Amino acid sequence: MKSLRFAIPLIIFIGLMLLMFKGLWQDPKIVNSPLIDKAAPGFTLPILEGNGSTFSLEEMRGKVWVLNVWASWCVACRAEHPLVTEMVREHDILVVGLNYKDEAQDALSWLERFGDPYLMSLVDKDGEVGIDYGVYGVPESFVIDAEGVIRRKVIGPVTRNSGDKPENNIDTLVAYIKQLESGS
Amino acid sequence: MMRFISVLLALLLLMPVQAAIETHQFDTPEQEALFKKMTEELRCLVCQNQNLADSNAELALDLREKTYEMVKSGKSEAEIIEYMVARYGDFVLYRPPVKSSTLFLWLGPLLFLAIAIIVATRFVRSRQSAGADPELTDEQLKLARDLLNKEKKSS
Repeated sequence: MKSLRFAIPLIIFIGLMLLMFKGLWQDPKIVNSPLIDKAAPGFTLPILEGNGSTFSLEEMRGKVWVLNVWASWCVACRAEHPLVTEMVREHDILVVGLNYKDEAQDALSWLERFGDPYLMSLVDKDGEVGIDYGVYGVPESFVIDAEGVIRRKVIGPVTRNSGDKPENNIDTLVAYIKQLESGS
Repeated sequence: MMRFISVLLALLLLMPVQAAIETHQFDTPEQEALFKKMTEELRCLVCQNQNLADSNAELALDLREKTYEMVKSGKSEAEIIEYMVARYGDFVLYRPPVKSSTLFLWLGPLLFLAIAIIVATRFVRSRQSAGADPELTDEQLKLARDLLNKEKKSS
């Protein structure tokens, strides 16, 4: 019994070490969104190519879709773009772009150069809607279900080889969206 | 190479422009104090360990502006915090709220202090009681005396 008592501090110490060791592998850049499983914040925004016409969140009700935050100044968006295109062209997923803190002219020529898979892109010039969605980096993608609830948030680009970030993997994402679309 | 250096120099020249001071005007000193308090307590999300007041990141700038607007329109501290937490989670707060998931964080240090005090007092007590009254029997005393005498003789 006496020898066990001596081991107690050691056990506590090892426990703390394990806890801190785990912390070493956590990416401090990932901030989990409190918006998951909450209603997507409403917005009414001008459409990028819409000559002044606007689009609001309610118009997507009843559909499973992705809100993809992008900007022409964002390098990672360029890397992600072929995969977003693939999601739309090959998997028939509805993707609406949120053109975040960008110049209209830059955004339009970016789409012209790299292709425009989006249902439409909405202009969030001063980042107000971005703040409502808790956007803190570009790109980010939100999966929104038929009831208008945010089901999943992808922080950073969608990738083919996402390594330790399984939610960024395109196949995982597509499978998840298909599952939502089938209503389960 | 020359070109690279000149570009670098040009960028250096730009730095003071980037660090331009923002001037905010408030209606009351209370509002100004609240704005200062909020930007010091809210974390900049894209920088590691900087608050909104310290950071020049674009997002920090936007959130600072948002905070200013809210303060100016008469929002309370609780309302501003609620607004930020609803969007970015508890991570924006430098002082995490007391709730079940953070209880250990708040009470942990006190717990460790209590353990340390208990262990220390028990240790000291046990040493005191060991040294205070060495109850030796007459036989033991005699043995000790003999040993001491033997030592004297041999030296």
